[in-house]
This record gives sequence, structure tokens and C-alpha cells, in this order.
Amino acid sequence: MIRSELVQKICHDFPDLTQREVEGVVSALFDSITDQLAEGGRVELRGFGAFSTRQRDARVGRNPRTGEPVDVAAKRVPYFKPGKEMRERLNLGASANDD
Amino acid sequence: MADAGIAVSQKEEAGTLTRADLADVVHAKLGLSRAESATLVERILFHMCHSLSEGENVKISGFGSFILRDKGERIGRNPKTGVEVPIAPRRVMTFRASQIMRDKIAG
Repeated sequence: MIRSELVQKICHDFPDLTQREVEGVVSALFDSITDQLAEGGRVELRGFGAFSTRQRDARVGRNPRTGEPVDVAAKRVPYFKPGKEMRERLNLGASANDD
Repeated sequence: MADAGIAVSQKEEAGTLTRADLADVVHAKLGLSRAESATLVERILFHMCHSLSEGENVKISGFGSFILRDKGERIGRNPKTGVEVPIAPRRVMTFRASQIMRDKIAG
């Protein structure tokens, strides 16, 4: 499923909203998750999972083409941990392996 | 170490965003009632969970992708007792953040 398909499904669930409104609200929701992480916070959605960030130390990387060493600065990276309920749902018998 | 501790506590000031906060975003954006706003957030999560549990990846452009991976059986070990136990093949979900999100978070 891609973003536009998600928008279609929400339009179907909320016939009183225009597609434009749904697109706006879907964007606002995902943006607020990103913004929260950018501010150093977490986002916890019970049953689905939790978004957080992790610190990566500075390291010396390598240009894979030339083999030349390059300094990679320390940074924060996004991290997602699926919730217990979600992990279990992914492995419910038939639907887990038949497609 | 003390410095690291301070850095962590400053980072935690942003706190944790939950469903209720996301419902507030919907309420502010569309003026739907609190109850309807909460339902809309729930429906988005429902559709995402549903696609994933049907074995379909979910890609939200500008945000990231939720990707399913099938893991084969392997031998694990109970870390406490050291007893070997087979870990059954299973499906796991990973999140790959978009470059846009990575750039915003790297700071």
C-alpha cells in the first residue's frame, strides 16, 4: 500500500471529507511524527509500534568506489520497534505465508 | 558520562507523542470532533496494520517504508540456561525512514 491508496481508504471511511482534506490530514499526521523525532522525542502507538531515534557515533567510512577513507559525522537516526500485537499479527497462520 | 546524561535528559524533554496527540492534530487541521478525530487516526493505523498483516509492504512517500521480511528457522539459545532452542521461521517488519526524515533527524 502506498500513500495515495491509504488516502483513498480514508476517503472511503469518511465520505464527508474531501480528498484534499484527507491528503492534508494524512500529511500533517506523518509530519508530526517526523517533527517529534527531530525534536528528540518519541512516538508511541500501542499495538502498532514505537518510533524513536538513536545516536550514531562519528566514524571513518570509505568511498566504496575509490576505497578512500571519509569522515562520517555523528548523527541521530530514526528507529522503529514494532509493537507486540503487530509482531504477532504478522505471523497469524495462513496469511503469513500464502502470497 | 555526566555530559552524556545531561544530553539525554534534554533530549527527553520533547517527551512522547501518542494517539491522543495525533487526534489533536486532526482536530486542529479539520475541525472534526475529538471522537471523530480519534477514529480517523485509528483508521489510518488500521489500514496500515491490515496491509502489513496481509503480507503487503506499506510505503508512505516522504516518511518511510514498512517492509516485511521472512526469516528462516535458526537455532537460538536461552541466555540464562544456555539451552539451545529452535526459533521457528517467522515474518518480521522493519521500518526504513525516507531520506527526508533522515535529514531532518540527523540535525
